[in-house]
This record gives sequence, structure tokens and C-alpha cells, in this order.
Amino acid sequence: MNFDFSDDQKQLRDQARKFLTEKCPPKAVRAVLDGKAPYDKDLWKGLAEMGFLGVAIPEEFGGAGAGHLELCVIAEEMGRANAPVPFSSTVYLAAEALLIAGSDAQKKKWLLAIASGEAIGTLALFEGKGNPSPKTIKLTAANGMLNGVKKPVADGAIADFAVVAARTGSSGRDGDISLFIVDLRAGGVEVKSLTNLDPTRGQAEITFRDCKAEPLGAAGEGWSILTQVLDRAAVLCAFEQVGGSDRALEMGRDYALDRIAFGRQIGSFQAVKHMLADMYVSATLARSNSYYGAWALSTNAAELPEAAAAARISATQAFQHCAKNNIQVHGGMGFTWEFDCHMYYRRANAMALGLGSLSYWEDQLIDRMRKKNAA
Amino acid sequence: MNFDDTLQEAEFRATARAWIAANAPKQYEEELRKSSLGRTQLKNANILEVAKAWQKKKADAGWACLHWPKEYGGRGSSPIERVIWQQEEGPFGQLSRMFIIGHGMCGPTMMAFAREEHKRAYLPPLASGEKVWCQLFSEPAGGSDVAGLRTRAEKDGDDWVINGQKIWTSGAHYSDYGILLTRTDPTVPKHKGLTMFFLDMKSPGVEVRPIKQASGASDFNEVYFTNVRIPDHQRLGEVGDGWNVSLTTLMNERSAIGAAVSTGFPELFEYCSSLMLDDGPAIEDRAVRAKLASWAAKASGLKYTSMRAISALSKGERPGPENSIGKLVAGSMIQDVATYALDLQGAAGVISGAEDSELAGRFQAMLLRAPGTRVEGGTDEIMRNIIAERVLGLPGDIRVDKDVPFNRILTKGRG
Repeated sequence: MNFDFSDDQKQLRDQARKFLTEKCPPKAVRAVLDGKAPYDKDLWKGLAEMGFLGVAIPEEFGGAGAGHLELCVIAEEMGRANAPVPFSSTVYLAAEALLIAGSDAQKKKWLLAIASGEAIGTLALFEGKGNPSPKTIKLTAANGMLNGVKKPVADGAIADFAVVAARTGSSGRDGDISLFIVDLRAGGVEVKSLTNLDPTRGQAEITFRDCKAEPLGAAGEGWSILTQVLDRAAVLCAFEQVGGSDRALEMGRDYALDRIAFGRQIGSFQAVKHMLADMYVSATLARSNSYYGAWALSTNAAELPEAAAAARISATQAFQHCAKNNIQVHGGMGFTWEFDCHMYYRRANAMALGLGSLSYWEDQLIDRMRKKNAA
Repeated sequence: MNFDDTLQEAEFRATARAWIAANAPKQYEEELRKSSLGRTQLKNANILEVAKAWQKKKADAGWACLHWPKEYGGRGSSPIERVIWQQEEGPFGQLSRMFIIGHGMCGPTMMAFAREEHKRAYLPPLASGEKVWCQLFSEPAGGSDVAGLRTRAEKDGDDWVINGQKIWTSGAHYSDYGILLTRTDPTVPKHKGLTMFFLDMKSPGVEVRPIKQASGASDFNEVYFTNVRIPDHQRLGEVGDGWNVSLTTLMNERSAIGAAVSTGFPELFEYCSSLMLDDGPAIEDRAVRAKLASWAAKASGLKYTSMRAISALSKGERPGPENSIGKLVAGSMIQDVATYALDLQGAAGVISGAEDSELAGRFQAMLLRAPGTRVEGGTDEIMRNIIAERVLGLPGDIRVDKDVPFNRILTKGRG
């Protein structure tokens, strides 16, 4: 047993951190936050050049062919930097769906475009309120044409293609759902940007009207593929959340050391110390669960569904906890637009919802634990 | 990153498993499996005797105190092997509870500071459970402020003469030896005037009085010392260096690596899996599931945090202050879990007698024992201070008695 990343993987982490510290300072995040651009194009290009976008994509499809542990390491750094790029939608969702279910031709076309930074992808799953469930999918696919509305779609306004979940049957079972790939630049697609909690990662409403679509994976297999995609993305997002938690904790710690009140560093007051200690505890529990998820993801272990849910819950709680208490440590300053605290608070709360909310994953975890116990 | 056993580890596991299958006291397995915090009694046997017999059997076959050197009664195992052993020992590991203090704290302190002939004489019988050890640190005036202790040790020829009182001493009533922290110089600031010894608990002048706890059980004691004589060769470390010696002990206490911390979660999950509420099984209830899932993620987070610590340890890194989180998280979790289990029982949750209550009062016993977990070995607040100061680098608490000679420190809040 060795429950840690390898020296090579740690080196990759250092490399990613150095790159992001330089190319993605808070100022760059702010440019997107303030609406100057929908995402940081230079950063996206740089990530492609570094090979980070295709780190887990096999070499035959244009990637680096390293693996998912390496992707986890990069994900953590993306979270630390609060990177304003469509990384999670493209790399965790679209690319993973293609890796799991794509035909050779589809992989060649889209994975290559992802790895090189030419294509932004996303997953169009949700249709308004509610958590992932076949029941909520009303958008239909018939004769290769999609009709319906998806919202919110992460990075939908800047995506070049989407993996779309559509209803292809009426049996009332999971087998009614199939997946399709849609070139969003083609006809029959209407995209509207939606104001959202975290403007550094956009959300959109996409209307499909007699839109041409290509099946991804076998008909009726959509829900089973989606479940796998969400589990994999849950682990990868957990690493982003862990990175964000750590950064929020650091910001709070640094401020507590700098700020003097009542003649003392505020970090010498036990109330502040204990708040920061609790942030450390939640970030540590999240990290440990995420490591287990990373192991399950990289080995495709039977434990993945349970490990993914635990990592998702733990990391969601930790990031929300650290981001909100970072503001608390900062006091009134933390609530200003100028301080960076709110960027992490926004990201933490947006990420808590993106793959289905906390209560959804809590439900999943218990189901999966019961299944394991019954087996 | 790898969770699978290496060939060597798999071989070790197979050997351990086979030995346990052939030798463990299986007649108690079910009872031990169902015991939890606050409740490790055997119905038809004296648990101390059963525990000592199992420990002795392990020691004779080379399975006691795995990580200790062989010459002191251990096996010289790697940290990973120790964890594998714990996994394989399963519920029988509950029997080692009365040896925790001795094996986890006294042994390592002896190893670091005792003379070689003492190590060879005292450690093997400690490893084999033939002799039980306790740790005499806390005092009525001390509590979390361990260095505030008042038990005096005065030099008299080749001996030291001890007078004073200790409290919260786990297992003193069945201990053969103890390690004892005393004040040898009250005229210097409190951390500088301390000295550590080990002693025979049967020495003349040692009196042990069990304390009845809030839970009704008596795991702890008060220990009184009246002119107790300890030879100087039983001193651990230099005169006046007792604080540093005790830090070694406390570090070991906080990093009982690999020891599965009790969270109460497996018990609660098992309970909810079978419990029927008014409108169906508890495990189908949305509110119940949300609570369970949140605790499940905490419990697994703790488990994998300790796995990470073991990995670091096996690479030769030292256990650091970050290991304080185990007790901090598990302590309040077990209290919350027990409270919730009783909430699920409704009005009947109040019944704690083994005959009339749910699961023979398992969660009631847990509830009543849990406050102790949050205090012993450092309160939640002390644990948070350790994390804040030693992990996050925040300033230490203001200590107004830091440079004041001990005999001039304020001792009463009012009047």
C-alpha cells in the first residue's frame, strides 16, 4: 500500500502551480468576473500548450496519455487558482463521456480538438430545477434530431460541442435515455447566457430545434454512461474543491497573521484560531476522501461509485466551509468586491450544485453503501 | 497510489490471518463485535483476564506490539504491517484496550529515555500484557495545563520522595507500573521544574481510589502519593527535563497511528439499516440518509487520513501534529451519532438498561461515555490549538504564567 502521489506526480503539481501562479493571478480571474471576457483565452491556450488539457487523454487521440492521477493533480491546482476557464465542463465531463462511450472516429475528432485547445465541450444534462435523474429529461431525440431546452449548461455559451442527454423511449426506465454529440456551431441551436453565482464559469440555456445530432454510445445506454461520467467528474471536481479549500484557508491564515486588532494579531485569538483549525480539518478530510477517489478512478475499481460520492460530499462541504469562513476571518474587508474572498465563495457554492446538489450525492452514497452491504 | 498489498504485505496478511483463525478466543467474537465505546464488558468472563490471555498468546507467537524492536518484546514490523494486523485482528483488537496507555505511551517513553537494562527488564512483560502500565500526568489543578502539576519529588540520598495527588489515571486500579511526572523545582517557571520517573504501583505509600464517572463506570482513578520512594535510576531523562520527556509521551498519544478511531458510524449505519420508523425503514428516510451520508464521508475521511499518515510513516517521515485531527473529529462525532441514535428511538431512547433498551443500551452507553473522549488526552480546544499553532503557524495563546516561578503563580480565580 502507498497512499500518496508519486514523486513524478508531485513534480507535475509543482509545475502546474508555478504555471498557474504566473498565468492566472487573481487579476486574471477578475477580468472574467468583471465581464471583460467570457473566459481567459490566453490561459486556455497556455493550458493546451502545457499538455494539461489532454493529460488523461490517450496519445493516439492527441493527449499526453499520462492518466487520471495526473489529471487529479492538475485539477487541484485549477481549483487553487480559481481558473476562469471551461476546464471542468470540457475535460471532466465532455472528454470523459467520449473516453467512456465514444467511437474511434468521435474520439479522434473531439478528443484531439480538446487536447489541443481547439474545442470547448460540455455536458447538457439539466432541464431546470432538480438533480440528475432520467425522469427530468424531457428533450427528445428522433431520427437524429433533437428538440428541447437544456439549462443550466456549464460553459454552454462558449462551448463548441455538447454531449446531450435525450429521451429516446417512453418505458419509464433508465433505458429511455440516450446520449448525443451536437456541434453547437451548426444549425438548430440557440444559446442564451444566464447570470449565475460564479461568472468566472458561465452558465447558459441552450434550445435545440430540429437540431442534427450524432449518437454517443449505444441507444438506451445514456443513463448508465452518464452515471459513470458523473462519478468520474465528482472525483475530479473534488480535487478542484480541495485546491480551492486550501487556498481559502491560506488566505484566512495569512490575513489572521497580518491584521492587528485590540493590539494583537487576530490570529492569536482563540475564536479565530479555532475557526481556522476547523477549516483545516474539513479540508484534510476532503483531501483524504479525494485521494481514495483518485485511486478508485485511476484503477477503475469497483469501489469508484462509493468513493466518488464520499469525495464529492466531503469536498463540497469543505470548500463551502472554508470559503465562507475565510470571509468571516476577513471581517468587513472580506465582504468587499476588492478582496478576493468572494471569488472563492462564488466558486464554492456554484461547484456545490454543478453535478447535482449535496443532497443528491448524500442519497447516492447511502444507496451505494447499502448495495455493497447487500452484496 | 496503490491500495493493494505488495507481495510481501499479502504474505504477511495471510500468515496473520491464519494465525488469528487458529488462536483467537472465538467464543467472545460476537460480543466483542457488538461492543462499542462505553461498553466492552463480557457477560460470562472477566474481560481483563481474557485480554491478558490473548495478549500473552500473541506475544509468545511474536504478534504483540508489532512495531516495537524484537529485543523489547515486539516484532520489528513496518507501520503497514501493523495496520494489516489490526485489520485482520478485527473485533479481538478490542481486547487490547486496557493496554493502550502502556503500549501507546509508556512503552515508547521508556524506549526513548530508560536505561538499557530497564528496557530489557520492563518492556517485554509490558508487550505481553503480563504487566499493565498507567500514565500519571493529570492533577486536579492541572487538567489541560499539564505543566501546572504540583506533585513534589524531593531528593533523599539515592532516592526521590514523592508526595501529592494525580487524577484521571486510566487503569491505575489494575496497573503494575506507571510513568510519573513530578515537580522537582518550584522556584523556576513551570515547564522547567519537572522530572519524569517510572515506578512500581505497589510501592508503599501509593493509594489508588477509583472515580465514578458520569457514565457510572469507573475507568479512571485518583492516585495519592505519601512519602513514596523511587530510586534515582528509575528517572526518565534529566532532572528538570520532564516536560520534554512528557512531550514524547503525548506525541505518541496523539498519533496512535493506524488505531481505528471509534466514530460510532458503523454502529449507526447498521442500526438504521434494520430500524423501522413509523412510515417505513429508517434507511429510506430522506432526513436519516442525509445525516448518515454526511457522517459516512467524515468517517471515511478519517480512515483515509490515517492511511496517508501511515504511508508517510513508512517513508520514514515522523508523525506530526496534524494527527490531532483523529481524536478531534471522532470525539464529537461519536457524541452526535449517539445523540441521533437515541433521537431515532424517540421516548424509548431514554431507557438505558441492557435488558429493556434497544440493542442492549449500546447507544445510551456511548452517549454517556462520549464526553470523556472529548476531554481525555487533550480537550477539543487543546487539539484545535495544536492544529492552529503547529500546523497553521498561528501565534500561541497568551500565557501569563510563562516566565513566572511556579511557586508565585496565581492559583485561584476569585478571592
